[in-house]
Amino acid sequence: MTDVAATPLKTTVLHARHKSSGARLVPFAGWDMPVEYSGVTAEHLAVRTAAGMFDVSHMGQIEIAGKQAMAAVQHVSTNDVATLAVGRAHLSVLASPEGTVLDDILVYRLAASHFLLVVNAGNATKDFAWISQQLAGFDAAVVDTSSRYALLAIQGPKALDVVQTLTAVSLAEIPYYGFAHGEVAGARATISRTGYTGEDGVEVFVPPNMADRVWQAVLQAGEGVVIPCGLAARDTLRLEAGMRLCGQDMDDTTTVLEAGLGWAVGWEKPSFVGSEALRAEKQRGPARRLVGFEMLERGIGRHGYPVVHDGQVVGQVTSGTQTPFLKKAIGMAYVPAALAVPGTAVGVDIRGRVSAAQIVKLPFYRRAR
Amino acid sequence: MYPSELKYTMDHEWVRVEGDVAEVGVTDFAQQQLGDVVFVELPEPGATVTAGQAFGTIESVKAVSELFAPVSGEVIATNDALVTRPETINAEPHTSWMVKVRVSSPGELGELLDAERYTALVTG
Repeated sequence: MTDVAATPLKTTVLHARHKSSGARLVPFAGWDMPVEYSGVTAEHLAVRTAAGMFDVSHMGQIEIAGKQAMAAVQHVSTNDVATLAVGRAHLSVLASPEGTVLDDILVYRLAASHFLLVVNAGNATKDFAWISQQLAGFDAAVVDTSSRYALLAIQGPKALDVVQTLTAVSLAEIPYYGFAHGEVAGARATISRTGYTGEDGVEVFVPPNMADRVWQAVLQAGEGVVIPCGLAARDTLRLEAGMRLCGQDMDDTTTVLEAGLGWAVGWEKPSFVGSEALRAEKQRGPARRLVGFEMLERGIGRHGYPVVHDGQVVGQVTSGTQTPFLKKAIGMAYVPAALAVPGTAVGVDIRGRVSAAQIVKLPFYRRAR
Repeated sequence: MYPSELKYTMDHEWVRVEGDVAEVGVTDFAQQQLGDVVFVELPEPGATVTAGQAFGTIESVKAVSELFAPVSGEVIATNDALVTRPETINAEPHTSWMVKVRVSSPGELGELLDAERYTALVTG
């Protein structure tokens, strides 16, 4: 059961803290990361009902600044940053010229001509090379700033209350997908009202040497409310919230439109990487779509399992789990566009036996606002 | 930690033998690796299992794994309580038997690990 890693795993600045507080660590995207603290079910439920904290310092950061920074970000990502105010963030995609997904990213507008891109850990090196190459002709600096930030996600209905006790920044005034600069537990921080769990909460960027201090301060301030969580709960939470995981639900073989991220494309803006392919695909309609499904019979449809309709294999499951909160087996799958209609009956081939499932609307879970 | 009255396999199942009947479950190490168990799929009584071959599946939130028979024989009982309350396996792995098997080849029991060797396997 032990894997011999070809290259040494990277560790976040909180690695020692995770080990000493009893987390179980596993390799993820080249990093030795906590997969579980108290258990995926307990952690998932804590985030849905109170709060949980995740170390997501493995995520990559790339900054683009300079005279043509806005034009550069417009060119290399799909969403329209002309509509993004300073102090706001949005989801965007690094698309290939064919319109497929190289990575999904968050774009923060730090200043008029200064953008911060938060990218997936496993893609960080590749993304940096790709962006640098695409932006060679622009008057803008592209810098990998991953080592300058540790990133803590505090998520759940009580997350803001707890973090508010540690900062003078009024968290309630930060809009959803907005951010503010200030101090958290005495550490210089950028506090972002974002997350990957489907709950309210914040993601806090702090200097790496302050991460442990902030981590401890949040746990102390939130004693009995906030528990430390691992990547397993992060995965079940994001799936319940219908959020895609790059490399699993989408990659460079699936288009932005197939993955259902057309809402993160600035259709009004001029040409950008992938625009020609995506506009053409939008006109004719994608051939297949990523949909949510619910199992109607026992079993969990997992990544790679075939989706069956009328006795034919018509698609593949990309993510699947038994969700701790909704207590049912759910997942996402690619199916032909004609079948991508809520209520459609399909089957999932679970290790040779076809179990009944039905297409449902995403997300599976939406918090009350 | 690992009860001395049980025998263990390299695949992290345990066996409790009484007469010619063997109870089979998964070890504490196995449940820790799996995380929260949500499904168990077991054979029907009367089915024949073969040592080293898959006889069922155990599924956690994170992953699905096969259950491997430590010994050969006929399944004479299955623990249906685990099907409705699979989380019992996480709480009490070494008493959560899954199937009872009437052992057809007692010699196979000699190939299983004792608690000491199994402990070395999972802590080494």
